[in-house]
Amino acid sequence: MSPADLTRALEHGPTDAVPHAMQPMAHEHIEAPAPGGVLASPTSILLGSLAFGIVFLLAWQFVPPALGVPSYIIPTVTDLAHELGRMVERENLFGHVLSTVTIATLGFVIGSLLGAAMGYILGMSIFIEKVLSPYILGLQIAPKVAFAPLFIMWLGYNAWPKLIVTILVVFFPILVNVLQSMKTVDRDLINLARAYSMSRMQIFWKIEVPASMPALMAGLRIGATLAVIGVTVGELVGGNTGLGYLITFGEGQANTAMVFDAIVLLTLIGIVLYGAVAVIEARVLHYIPRVMR
Amino acid sequence: MHKMASVLDLVHVTKRFTAPDGVSPLIGIERVSFNVRAGEFVAVVGPSGCGKSTILNLVAGLDRPSEGRILLNGVAVESPNPSVGFMLQKDLLLPWRSIVHNVEFGLEARAISRSERRQRARRELERCRLQDFAQSYPYQLSGGMRQRAALARTLAIEPAIVLLDEPFSALDAQTKLILQKSFAQTIASSAITTLLITHDLMEAVIMSDRILVMSERPGRIIEEIAVDLSDRENPMARIAAPRAREYVDHLLGSLHLQEKAA
Repeated sequence: MSPADLTRALEHGPTDAVPHAMQPMAHEHIEAPAPGGVLASPTSILLGSLAFGIVFLLAWQFVPPALGVPSYIIPTVTDLAHELGRMVERENLFGHVLSTVTIATLGFVIGSLLGAAMGYILGMSIFIEKVLSPYILGLQIAPKVAFAPLFIMWLGYNAWPKLIVTILVVFFPILVNVLQSMKTVDRDLINLARAYSMSRMQIFWKIEVPASMPALMAGLRIGATLAVIGVTVGELVGGNTGLGYLITFGEGQANTAMVFDAIVLLTLIGIVLYGAVAVIEARVLHYIPRVMR
Repeated sequence: MHKMASVLDLVHVTKRFTAPDGVSPLIGIERVSFNVRAGEFVAVVGPSGCGKSTILNLVAGLDRPSEGRILLNGVAVESPNPSVGFMLQKDLLLPWRSIVHNVEFGLEARAISRSERRQRARRELERCRLQDFAQSYPYQLSGGMRQRAALARTLAIEPAIVLLDEPFSALDAQTKLILQKSFAQTIASSAITTLLITHDLMEAVIMSDRILVMSERPGRIIEEIAVDLSDRENPMARIAAPRAREYVDHLLGSLHLQEKAA
């Protein structure tokens, strides 16, 4: 092909690039077969997951009794259901769930706000960040839940110690994620904003904050799971409300089914919190193609 | 055109950097002098590391010269300047903004109303033939279209001069030709004063009125070539002209590339 032919072929101008560009890049990845062979359809994956769950529950129901394991060691699925009904009637289960959900959510929201705010402040000031970084690292490594007894000694057997432990465990991963993203914002983007004579605050709000969103969202996901751990530990060590308290109460009574039920409910709370973050993330990060997320 | 006023003047500009060892100074560019007249398209070529991008940072006001003066419309450049538009190899579109919102970005530091901003962005998108993609997000566009969106953003601020720092070098060969033509049309039709920094010799020949050849570090201007070819608004026509090849061969000689390859 001579250069003139090439020129003619390309002569149609920039609009030719359109059809190619119209195809979302995401699709190219879906075409690729999975390493294990042909990619299964979403329906068969769902059916497979459901089948696994049912087999697992059936095994739980029938295998331990068949092996002679007593129900006070491993209660069957039906035992758990009976116990759940009893807890609703006799133990004010809804009150306990409400208490745990409230504190987990409150702690998650407050911890996230504080962590993000601190991350942005440290990200704006390299000096403060450098001065504080060894302490932040230290506190990040320290097991935050171990502070729970201290807070109880200081604040008593009420909601505050649980809330503060939850805030503390949520705070650090979000702080670290936001700070890290602030430090890795593309310098050329900042220069572009500078070239457009933008102020420091404009650069912060128009470049740094949106650029940190993926990292903040990743931090929130971690925070959502940690919030449930924080509130559970708080309830385990002190107080007389919440699912964590029901775990210690059940333990005292050798009521294995109660402990299992409380664990299941705590897990469900964690899943709901995590799901809420995932929904928010999908909205906030709508501009990132799904396969890349 | 040659009678027209000078938009950009560099007068004996030297830029030194501190070397990584912190002691010996590195010279980026040395006593560089040139001008760009209104409506002119000037290309700067040279080996990598010759300080081409240093020139861009200095003219954009992101960096200050160690010696010499840089004048934009006769006024010394001392800080980031709203009348300089620049574009890099990376499109630097903000992924969280739609295309039209990206084009508005450069106008947001200015005291103009939201509706006027939107109006100007729409006009620029039309000029760059992207009006149908105003509401798309950058990830939905091809590399070439993203660069056109970046050009629209650059032109929206109505700069006195546009600096292009290898804007096509990340693109495949065909997209590159298409985009060179698209840029050339837009730039010629609005008589935009342009400084193109590139390592692609053919690109310099087919797009510009004048080529400045830089030496290896410390970068100095070793040659100035007036490109006497027609069709500046159509690089695809120029690329087919036999004389374009002659200019490229001449540039190869100036940069001693044949000897280096041997």
